Amino acid sequence: MTAARAVAPKTTAPKSIVPKTAVTKRQRKRREMLVAYSFIAPNFIGFAVFTLGPILFAFALAFMHWDGSNPIEFAGLENFWKLFEDRAFKSAFWNTIVYTIFVVPLTLVCSLGLAILLNQKIFGRNFFRTIAFFPYVASLVAVAVVWNMLFNPDFGPVNMALYNMGIDPSDLPGWAADRDWAMVTIIMFSIWKSMGYFMVIYLAGLQGISAELYEAADIDGANSWQKFWRITLPQLGPTTFFVSVMLTIQSFKVFDQIFLITQGGPGTSTLVLVYHIYNEAFISWDLGYSSMVALVLFVLVLTITIVQFRLTEERD
Amino acid sequence: MTVTIKRAPKARFNWGKIATYVIVILVSLTMLAPFVWMLSASLKLNRDVFAFPIEWIPSEPRWRNYVDIWSKIPLGLFVYNTAKLTVIVTVLQLLTSSFAAYAFAKLRFPYRNALFLAYIATIAMPWQVYMVPQFLMMREFGLNNTHLALICLQAFTAFGVFLMRQFYMSIPDELCEAARIDGMSEYGIWRRIMLPLSMPALSTLTIFTFVNTWNDFLGPLIYLTRTELKTIQIGIRMFISQYSAEYGLIMAASVVALIPVLIVFLALQRFFVEGIASTGLKG
Repeated sequence: MTAARAVAPKTTAPKSIVPKTAVTKRQRKRREMLVAYSFIAPNFIGFAVFTLGPILFAFALAFMHWDGSNPIEFAGLENFWKLFEDRAFKSAFWNTIVYTIFVVPLTLVCSLGLAILLNQKIFGRNFFRTIAFFPYVASLVAVAVVWNMLFNPDFGPVNMALYNMGIDPSDLPGWAADRDWAMVTIIMFSIWKSMGYFMVIYLAGLQGISAELYEAADIDGANSWQKFWRITLPQLGPTTFFVSVMLTIQSFKVFDQIFLITQGGPGTSTLVLVYHIYNEAFISWDLGYSSMVALVLFVLVLTITIVQFRLTEERD
Repeated sequence: MTVTIKRAPKARFNWGKIATYVIVILVSLTMLAPFVWMLSASLKLNRDVFAFPIEWIPSEPRWRNYVDIWSKIPLGLFVYNTAKLTVIVTVLQLLTSSFAAYAFAKLRFPYRNALFLAYIATIAMPWQVYMVPQFLMMREFGLNNTHLALICLQAFTAFGVFLMRQFYMSIPDELCEAARIDGMSEYGIWRRIMLPLSMPALSTLTIFTFVNTWNDFLGPLIYLTRTELKTIQIGIRMFISQYSAEYGLIMAASVVALIPVLIVFLALQRFFVEGIASTGLKG
């Protein structure tokens, strides 16, 4: 702002041959521009220094060798070729895909179903909505401990209940401690934790559907089932699309619950891409290779985002 | 004829209502059970925590757990540290995001779309992708083991700018034009018109930022190694590693860590659905 006032008069010195009105117009434009930048600057400077910079640095590191203390060496594509020999990367990649394939549709169906139920005029509606949302705002650290206790294979209440229902002790699932059940445990936890959030998004979508459509359907004698398939679902199309893209991105980024519940194990049964990045960086200090895995993840996520934007544009 | 039409929906209505209640209550119990278990275990002796069948309401509640947690680890200090970080980050986030979002939504200037694209592109970027270079950079700046590092990390997010900008886009431009004709400056329009109108979006952003900062554990885990700087999530982790069998204490500390988030959420939740609906977060 002050810069605009100080600088502008100098550039429009009296000797200028440009007509006076044009000068003031340019002056005003310049002032408007500086005002706009002053709005953006506080956030953008922080964003550029602490987010954009490190991202560019990470991309550069993908083509380097560095352990964080010795000088950086140029590596060319060496880190890229290493991906194909790295068995941990392979399992991390597939585990991420498996996790995504289960979490996205299951969370979607659960949150949509719950949103439809809680969009009806039932007693205590707001209370139930709050409860459904609560796992999302609760501390992951605290909730993961509880989860580990509830699903403790030896004395957790879940297995106790299964045992009392007549399941043989040798058939009881080992949950987070068992190779075959660890991913199931993580998937169940993720759905439980985030479905309330997507339910709120669906509620917002449901409230945008015109009541007239349902009234017209009532006049035509449509039943609830028909109304759901012919009105609700098509009208929620954009919301479902948005939710599935958000869920997919979020699933590719999964890390925290795995860190807190299984630490990627047993073996590599719950090792996912972000966990591999974390291990390679903070355990092996192979920062170049870690960044290369990060680059792979980024390309995957970016592809999904671009598809979303394209399809949104087509819709509009 | 009219009688049958009136009756048919009513009969279906009752049946559907009952089914709805049954499902809703079952789901709510699933959502709530871990929290009730947490609360119940926090009032138990260690050996009673896994007693089966579950004693949901302890016959002899052990309130001592809630006294002991404050002396076994410096929990009071951790709560203070977390509260300080969370409040500073949330205030900075709200101010700078809504400020920048106003320019992106209502002003014209060179490179507007390019700059906004830079924000958008990073939303899909997992933090873990660049957390290592970020950490090394902070270490260069000498910000390792300071709260300032975590504030810088969390206060200027693309998500905040995106959310506020989507909301401002839904406010008619005519409103700003009218104010400009009346001689109001852009800063005045932001403060007197945009801010008061954006309560739902601000509440939504407050909930997200408060919750994320309060619950964050990977950031503090990497940046804060000195005990006097640590946050409550790291504190709970300390309990788990130091007193791995002290389930009652771990649960009591977890309950303490949940309360502030619960208060903020309950206070702002009435704006929440509206906020999500109007910020385009629903797609």
